[in-house]
Amino acid sequence: MTTILRDVERKPRLKPWLASLKLLEKMRNAAAVLLPPLITIGFLLLLWQLLCGHEGASLPPPSRVLKDTWGLIRDPFFDNGGTDVGLFWQILASLKRVGIGFSLAAVSGIALGVLIGQSTFAYRGLDPLFQVLRTVPPLAWLPISLAAFKDSGPSAIFVIFITAIWPIILNTAVGVRQIPEDYRNIARVLRLNGFEYFFKIVLPASVPYMFTGLRIGVGLSWLAIVAAEMLVGGVGIGFFIWDGWNSSLLSEIILALIYVGIIGFLLDRVIGFVGRLIAGRPI
Amino acid sequence: MQGYLTIEQVGKSFDTATGPFTALSNVSLAIQKGEFVSIIGHSGCGKSTLLNIVAGLSGPSTGAVLLDGQVVDEPGPDRAVVFQNHSLLPWLTAYANVRLAVDKVFGKTKSATERDAWTRHNLALVQMSHALDKKPDELSGGMRQRVGIARALAMQPKILLLDEPFGALDALTRAHLQDSVMDIHRETKSTAIMITHDVDEAVLLSDRIVMMTNGPSATIGEICEVRLDRPRRRLEVSDTAEYARCRKQVLRFLYERHAHNKAA
Repeated sequence: MTTILRDVERKPRLKPWLASLKLLEKMRNAAAVLLPPLITIGFLLLLWQLLCGHEGASLPPPSRVLKDTWGLIRDPFFDNGGTDVGLFWQILASLKRVGIGFSLAAVSGIALGVLIGQSTFAYRGLDPLFQVLRTVPPLAWLPISLAAFKDSGPSAIFVIFITAIWPIILNTAVGVRQIPEDYRNIARVLRLNGFEYFFKIVLPASVPYMFTGLRIGVGLSWLAIVAAEMLVGGVGIGFFIWDGWNSSLLSEIILALIYVGIIGFLLDRVIGFVGRLIAGRPI
Repeated sequence: MQGYLTIEQVGKSFDTATGPFTALSNVSLAIQKGEFVSIIGHSGCGKSTLLNIVAGLSGPSTGAVLLDGQVVDEPGPDRAVVFQNHSLLPWLTAYANVRLAVDKVFGKTKSATERDAWTRHNLALVQMSHALDKKPDELSGGMRQRVGIARALAMQPKILLLDEPFGALDALTRAHLQDSVMDIHRETKSTAIMITHDVDEAVLLSDRIVMMTNGPSATIGEICEVRLDRPRRRLEVSDTAEYARCRKQVLRFLYERHAHNKAA
């Protein structure tokens, strides 16, 4: 009787103590992950401040950048008409171009990839062409597309398209070609028809490869959009940087670079996440 | 000689860089309904080639295979294969892997509810009811092989073809699965051919053990009838004279008369 009573009494006292211990451990784990990057970033900022903090330095130090661009950081949504709009709108305009160009590249890239992965004839016919074309730098396509479309909007989108499509085609083709013999045998034993074979075996088996291609593709298109927008102008993060250079607003350029980096990172993660969701396994 | 499955004068040669290579020649065998037959031989003796021909995955160069009076000339669900490396589709759960086969084979003859029940029934037969929603990556080697067997059984094949089904498993898991296969064989009265290179496995499971000579031009060397009553219990059976006789006959064949190339 007494022991039971003592247990009942002891338990509530024990629990918060255990809980706080667990919380402490969680905080320690979080610190172990977060501290190293914070330390390196802090160190680099300090180094930058020391190198550029003096009078007459060619680049502004971080403190200057923050002071100069505080207005842009605080209000990314202003719209004074023309190209004088907040960073949110600049980035949105660039993302729209990438979104359209990349989606077109994804659809046609996967279709072409499946084609050259499945058919040896198509592979022999198209692969040499793709191998040569994929080495052409994105911006080299711009004059041709400007001449063809006679408009800067579609030209920028075309540059994104042509940049992103090669890794998508090639990775999808590899994905289709590597389907293990066993899966084909299963399909044959079950007598799956062409349609079922494609949707039940080929597509799911090559999804991880497709998404590797899509991830590389989206990274490349984000690289290309900045360069393309510098040349074609209009609202967009690329032209914003070029405009900053022309107006000697170095702080704004540095802020834009940071934003470009973060968005690029997020795009990569989003594609990776969607890939995992669709494949139903880590890719 | 006629059987439920008849392999008639089957030969197989491949074209290689150094000229044609004859893997199998003159293989004839008749298997009765409900019989469990093992094919044993050294690696490279063409056992898998023979199984692939019965499955219809590759065609014979000479001769023919007849199943239930019909010539085998393409793969089909009436000859379900349990592959050595399970070959489950990794993006599907255990249930979905079996269901894919069930839907394909019984899509027109069974309702969705019946197909669901049949899928579950077959997974229960291999004792995998607890892991219906697990993906192959989350299962152990033995469990994957169980699901592979369930998928093959679910097709309700005329003959079950097992291609070294326990080859990649550890000894304990292997013994468990052998017991399961014996139970299933007794319950479903299925006809089965199993490729193996394990003598004890062959004796324990089979009604007949077919011994293959070494390639090239491998053929059937000897056939050993295992006259042991079923159900067989591994511990009781292994002490009997019949077990010892069969074991000795197969070992003699493999290691005295057809010892593998000295180089190997």
